[in-house]
Formats: sequence, C-alpha cells, structure tokens
Amino acid sequence: MREVAVVAFTQSEHSGEDQGVLETEILAPVIGEIKERTGLTRFGFTCSGSCDYLQGAPFAFVSALDTVGAWPPISESHVEMDGAWALYEAWVKLLIGEVDTALVYGFGKSTQNDIRAIFTQQHDPYYLAPLGVDHVSLAAMQARAYMEKSGAKDEDMRAIAARSRAAGRGNPFALDLPDPADDAGFDIAPLRPHDIAPLTDGAAAIVLAAGDTARELCERPAWITGIDHRVEPHSPGARDLTRSESTRIAGEKAGAAGVEVAELHAQFSHEELILREALGLGDDAAVNPSGGALAANPLMASGLIRIGEAAARIHDGTASRTLGHASSGPCLQQNLVCVMSGEK
Amino acid sequence: MPSDVNHVVEFPGGYTRSVGPVIGRFLSELRDGRMVGVRTSGGRVLVPPTEYDPDTGDDVTGEFVEVGPVGTVTTWSWVAHPAKEHPFDRPFAWVLVRPDGADTALVHALDAGVFDAGAEAPKFLKTGMRVRPKWRAERTGTIGDIECFLPEVTMINPQAKLEFRLSGGRALHRYLEGIAQGRILGSRCPVCEAVIVPMKETCPRDGVPTTEEVELPDVGTLTTYAVNNIPDPRAPEVPFVSGYVLLDGAGVPLLTLIAGVPADQVRMGMRVKAAWKPREEWSPSVGNIKWFEPVDEPDVPFDEIKDYL
Repeated sequence: MREVAVVAFTQSEHSGEDQGVLETEILAPVIGEIKERTGLTRFGFTCSGSCDYLQGAPFAFVSALDTVGAWPPISESHVEMDGAWALYEAWVKLLIGEVDTALVYGFGKSTQNDIRAIFTQQHDPYYLAPLGVDHVSLAAMQARAYMEKSGAKDEDMRAIAARSRAAGRGNPFALDLPDPADDAGFDIAPLRPHDIAPLTDGAAAIVLAAGDTARELCERPAWITGIDHRVEPHSPGARDLTRSESTRIAGEKAGAAGVEVAELHAQFSHEELILREALGLGDDAAVNPSGGALAANPLMASGLIRIGEAAARIHDGTASRTLGHASSGPCLQQNLVCVMSGEK
Repeated sequence: MPSDVNHVVEFPGGYTRSVGPVIGRFLSELRDGRMVGVRTSGGRVLVPPTEYDPDTGDDVTGEFVEVGPVGTVTTWSWVAHPAKEHPFDRPFAWVLVRPDGADTALVHALDAGVFDAGAEAPKFLKTGMRVRPKWRAERTGTIGDIECFLPEVTMINPQAKLEFRLSGGRALHRYLEGIAQGRILGSRCPVCEAVIVPMKETCPRDGVPTTEEVELPDVGTLTTYAVNNIPDPRAPEVPFVSGYVLLDGAGVPLLTLIAGVPADQVRMGMRVKAAWKPREEWSPSVGNIKWFEPVDEPDVPFDEIKDYL
C-alpha cells in the first residue's frame, strides 16, 4: 500500500464577524500560501468540501475553483460536507496510485446566514425538518441524555469551554473569546452559550502527497497510518445518544489508541466527553491544543482543520502520533478519524 | 445573522416529495389520529418508521403496529427563546418520545404550559415523564398533525364552593354587639370561675351554662405564636405572625394576628394591646381589631402563662 502523508496545512485567520469578503476571497490567500509553502502550482487531484446552503446559491463551490486555477483543466472533485471528507476522497485517489499530490480545501461563512435555520432544512424532510427542530436543539437533547447517564455536570462542560477558549486565545488563527461568564444563562438548555461552537468565517487547505514526493515536500511528513469514517442512522431517536459508536469503530479501524494529541471536532462541550470515551483517550492525550471547534468553527473547514492541526504537531516535531477527528450531521451522526505518525 | 436580508432561497408553494409506502403509511395513520411503527425482521418496532432497519440495513417487514399514543420522554431540551422556525412563539421543550410499544423514539415539541420569554424549564420536566400527543383538529398527513406532546394528566384542581346562611347564636351575637362598641366581652363559668372569651353560653370545661358577663381590657400577654410564610387573604404579606393572646383577666387565650413588630422579634410572654380600626369603620365584626401589637411593658414570666398554651 502506498504511503500517504499530510505535507502542508494552511488556514485563514478566522473571524466571528462578517469581514465583507466573499468565500473565495477568504480562500484565495490560503491556497496561495499553501502553493508557496509546497512550491507546487499544479496538483494531481483537487478536492474541496463546502456547503452551497451557506451561500444560498446552487453550485456555489464552483466559483472557489477560481482560487485554484483550473486551466488547463484539472482533475477535481467536491463533497457537500466538511473538507475532512474531501481529504478522505483524495487519500483514496493517492492510494490507488493515479497521482502523487492532492490539494484539499474547505471553506464556509456562517455570519451571512442563519445557521440554525439552514441545518433545520438539512434534516430529513419527513420527520425532522417540518418540525423546525435545529441542530442546537438536538445537541441539547444529546447533552442532557449524556449528562444524566454519565453524571457529568455543568462545571465539567464549563471547564471544557474554558480550556478550549483559553487555548484558542493562544492560537493566532482561532477567535479571541473570553472565559465563560459566571452568570452565563442557557441558550437551549442544558447548553449555555459557551458550550456551543461560535459562528465563524474561515477556510483551510491541506496538501497530501505519496511516498518520496511527500519526503521531498516536507521535512517531517505526517503519515496517515489509519483513516476511517462511519455513519449512524440519521434519526436521533434510533440511536443511543449517550455514546458515539461510529467514532468508536472509526477510531478502532484507524488505530487511535495511544495518540499524544487529539484534535476533536466537538462543536458542543458535551461532544468532547462523548468523543473522548469513544476514542478511549486518557488524560495523557492532549485534546484540542488549538482550541478546537469551541474556539473557531468555520463550517466545512473545521473538521479539515482538526486534521491539519494534528498534522502540524508532527510537522513541528512536538508529537509523533496524533489524531484528527471530523464530524457531520445532527448529534455526531457521522465521524471520521485520521491517525498520523511522524515515523513510517 | 445579519439583520438586512438581501437574498432568499425558497421553493414557492413548497417542494413536492413522494413519501413511499412506509413513511406514507405513517403519515396516513397520523392523519387518522393514530401513531404506527413498522416492525423489523428482528422484531423491533421503529417509530417513526423507515424503509430499512437502521441496525442491519435490511428492508423492514410490511407489518405496521399501532403504538402509544402515550410515550416516555428519553431526553429533552428547553428553548427559552424560540426561533421563528420553531413550533411555538413562547418557551417550550424539544423531546425525544418513545411511544409505548416502540423501540425507537420520535423527536417532537412538548407544550409545558405558558411561560414568559426567557423562562427556565419548569421543574416537572424530566426524562422518564409520560406524555401523549395533542392532535391537530385539521390533519393533513404530516408530522405536524401532532401539534405537540402534552404531559400525562397527573393532577386536577377542582373548584369547590358552598354557600350558607349562618347565624352565630346568642353568645356570639352578644359578643359582636360588644365589639361594635369597642368592648371585648367574656362570660364567667360559675364552677371554674374562668372568664371565657369570646363569650360562650356554656363552659367548655365544666359543661355548665355561664352566668356572668364580664368586660375585659384590650391588653394581654402573648402565650404562643406561629410565623406564617404562606400568604392568607387576611394577611397577604408574609411572613405574618398569628398568636394566642391571654387578655388580662381572661381564662382562655384569644387567637389573633400579631403585628407592629418584626416576626423574628416576637416572644412568648410579650405584652400586647389591640390595634382597633378607626371608630367610624366599626361594625359587628371581629375585624374591628386589626391585630395586637407590642406595648412597652416587661415580658410576663413563662410560669405565669404556661397553663394557657
């Protein structure tokens, strides 16, 4: 099997407010930077993750190709979800041996729309969307189910938010969010505002390369030693919301045991607790040193950023085995786990 | 969300979807006011039904099973500030409800009652609570045919009211005549010689007719008292103090309100005096005395009141 590695990762300085720029204008410098960093202007394969609903325009993702330069015609694909799944598609393409390099990117603006209303429309059209139930309301039900079963308390949730926000303040790309307020009320109970990932505009890009190409492009490639994604039934009522079986299986298949750093795409405080359990992460694993999604959550890029941040720990030599996780769908419906290593 | 909307995406008139035989059956039954699930080959009942068994991916059987309508809440969230897409414009709960007879749960809204915007969830909302659907009168075959779920009835609050024409009897009539003139009247027992107030025709201790009318002063000693924290129509502000006052010369204490002193400074043995309404408001009613309030005299030692508790 071919060896495939993350050789470069770039991201925008994410914003919690509309900066008056288009998605492509957020994305262009990120793509420009990764081309410069790798010295590559053409890639064997290009794959992106985005969601047209965020812009309210059909085929909105196509205009993002302007930032890549699609002439002469390039080999390209797109997933209507987080860029982490675009990375998975690119990884498969590299494994097959058709190409040696792949550019993967994801982008999204959350400040120009009503995210909750959009996610409501992305639920099934028979049973959930007509009710008007949004993803935060469903996440709050999952939080209560988990808290009642595990005994986790409000303080445990707050501690996760506080740690994530503090780490985010130390991360130049994440938002600058204050410590959770002592008198923070509820958003949709039992979730408080700090338990919910902030609205964020941003983009990220990763270059994957195979074998010797990877070694040429990067001093210390983050070799993908395992990657897997699993999906559960869409209906939250058909699942045990107190655990994430899809994450557990993906983690097992990807070889999550014993990682030093885990970047988890927990978009709500309680999700980190559920994901930690599912992945069997002990206290010795550093979770979300970047601040995670609770410190910056550019939709459709946030999962890809988790993989990029985990790879960056290997690139800079501070860790030798790391994990990036991405999630999609209501109440952690679908989960992807990517395990990387500095040694092959 | 920016406040100035300048772009809208919608399907005017809605987006037409075919629902197929499984979802279609569920929605048709909803229109008839029934909830059904579908059985999997493994025997589980899925509500709401899907065409496939989520555990195995196999086709479900063609067997539909009526479930509920009562169900159990498996988890819930509380919306204090509803969004415009939500089914209520006032606070409500989202619930996952497992209808009786089903193995999976349904997402829906629960009407927990009328609350002001921003209210916290009421205490009675709990995982495990029993709920049943509130059906819409006009049903069309959508998940919204269930308007919402409502808690099972666990309590009622029937109103009761009876009307009477009472007379107080001779002794009370005489007592109220006295009160109307600002006098407190008692009656003496010829056997035990105690003065009973309010006056009675019979001594409750000796069972003999009282013989002598005695006027008592409106000054006495508080023997015992209670601090009340539940409002009463006669004392709407809490805490209020009710107590027994042994009028000077009386043989039984009188139940009355105590005021003019903070509740935590009331003492057994405290000397008190009646606070009368203004004379022009007097009527033949015990209400002529608003309450008793402290007078500046030394407390009476416990030994002197211990027999009047």
